[in-house]
Amino acid sequence: MNKTYNQKAWFFVVPVFVLVAFNAVVPLMTVVNYSFQETFGSNVFAWEGTRWFKQILHSERFHASLGRQFIFTFIILLIQLPLGIAIALTMPKKGWGVPVCLILMSMPLLIPWNVVGAMWNIFALPDIGFLGNSLNSLGFDYNFTQQSGDAWFTTILMDVWHWTSLVVLLSYAGLNSIQPAYYQAAEIDGASRWDIFRYIELPKMKKVLTLAILLRFMDSFMIYTEPFVLTGGGPGNATNFLSLDLVKMALGQFDLGPAAAMSLIYFLIVLLICWVFYSLMMKNEGRT
Amino acid sequence: MKKIKWVVPTLYIIFLMLPIYWLLNMSFKSTTEIINVYSLWPQDFTLDNYRTIFTDSTWYMGYVNSITYTVFNTILSVSAALPAAYAFSRYKFLGDKHLFFWLLTNRMAPPAVFALPFFQFYSSVNLFDTHIAIALSHCLFNIPLAVWILEGFMSAVPKELDETAYVDGYSFPKFFFKIFIPTIAAGIGITMFFCFMFSWVELLLAKTLTATIAKPIAAIMTRTSSTSGYELGLLAAAGSLTIIPGAVVIYFVRNYIAKGFAMGRV
Repeated sequence: MNKTYNQKAWFFVVPVFVLVAFNAVVPLMTVVNYSFQETFGSNVFAWEGTRWFKQILHSERFHASLGRQFIFTFIILLIQLPLGIAIALTMPKKGWGVPVCLILMSMPLLIPWNVVGAMWNIFALPDIGFLGNSLNSLGFDYNFTQQSGDAWFTTILMDVWHWTSLVVLLSYAGLNSIQPAYYQAAEIDGASRWDIFRYIELPKMKKVLTLAILLRFMDSFMIYTEPFVLTGGGPGNATNFLSLDLVKMALGQFDLGPAAAMSLIYFLIVLLICWVFYSLMMKNEGRT
Repeated sequence: MKKIKWVVPTLYIIFLMLPIYWLLNMSFKSTTEIINVYSLWPQDFTLDNYRTIFTDSTWYMGYVNSITYTVFNTILSVSAALPAAYAFSRYKFLGDKHLFFWLLTNRMAPPAVFALPFFQFYSSVNLFDTHIAIALSHCLFNIPLAVWILEGFMSAVPKELDETAYVDGYSFPKFFFKIFIPTIAAGIGITMFFCFMFSWVELLLAKTLTATIAKPIAAIMTRTSSTSGYELGLLAAAGSLTIIPGAVVIYFVRNYIAKGFAMGRV
């Protein structure tokens, strides 16, 4: 769409700008402020320069939780995207099945995150939980509160349960926007099921899938409440992801300086990855 | 082939329903039964857990609080985002692209980063432990999302609609409220759904910004489990009840989800 130049459009944007700036600018400046200073309690500050940044960047604790975070997010994307697309492809396209599927599949998205954690906790407990009890009676030695492998398995399964539906809904919307004429043309050309997917459905879903990847990346990279309730970061530090580690440092130990520096590094990593991804996507869009 | 197709969504739905069923199952048991007897359905069916929640104001006020700030945030986010999304979809102006990206960066900010500064900031402006504080703080991630979704829907509406209306002698406000908003009603429905969803499920900020008066139900749950040992039955009942508002909202937007999603950029 060709847009006209109109500086008065700023008036329309002002409410949004004010509301977001109110929430973003002052708190973010507080974080920046802390990250360069040492606090001695009761509002006494001393300039520390980049000491906290150096400390965080060289700390093994940060490397470990960052590593865990990347592995977790990578596994999540690897499972949820193909699974979500597969489910969207097999969902009914019309009839009573559509609302039933949509309503039931959206359910996990609307449950408060700590309830998700608590729900999975009692679902997976080895003695009284359905999952834990079933796995143990099948002969597996399963205990997510004590074995780190099991803790990872449970956290990933919980996230798949929680968020795959978002990918399903987005893909389903993308699939629905494809005109029947495309499928008819493909049938005349004798295209195989795979060809239809590869050359019609996948390109048509590009926009919604981009959104799905962005949202899933951001939210799994910031995951806090669910693992906090489910495993509390344990056993040991096995599922101690970035946000968990950050809150432990800021609110648990009150190391405001290092915590603020870590916040900024954390934020910058998310921002950088999203920006690279976003601009790659936009570049491709310009070409086609 | 036709029959096999049903298998995948059905299995997926069963997988989704299992933990929810388990939670419901537990909510109808007493805590002693939960700990001592493993059973697939309640042996000694009881409504005591629900009775406790509905008779104790510290419990049921949690639901009132959560719904209050969620509704307030949804209205605030969507009404602020509507004109902004219109501006982004129709006009070019100084710094439009940068502003749009800056808005999105706030959706990318980990809430854990903001927990402590928010606590200090909202305390200093005397909004700590109010519904307004949570509703405002959730704008941080809901407004960017609302602008983004609405912009997608608005861009799908041809500009000729605006021009025809002006030729017909409509003033801008009249056009906006009488013609434009009804045209993108599906998009507004979807946006409200998303705002409601993300505000309803968020806990970290809501918990940080409240003490007693505006405490959300999700935070009350965490407190109870730590003081009185594990009141598992009560916890399960409270958890089950948090599913209801979400289910109601989905039921209302179910047709919008199917049609609306396809229309907009989302």
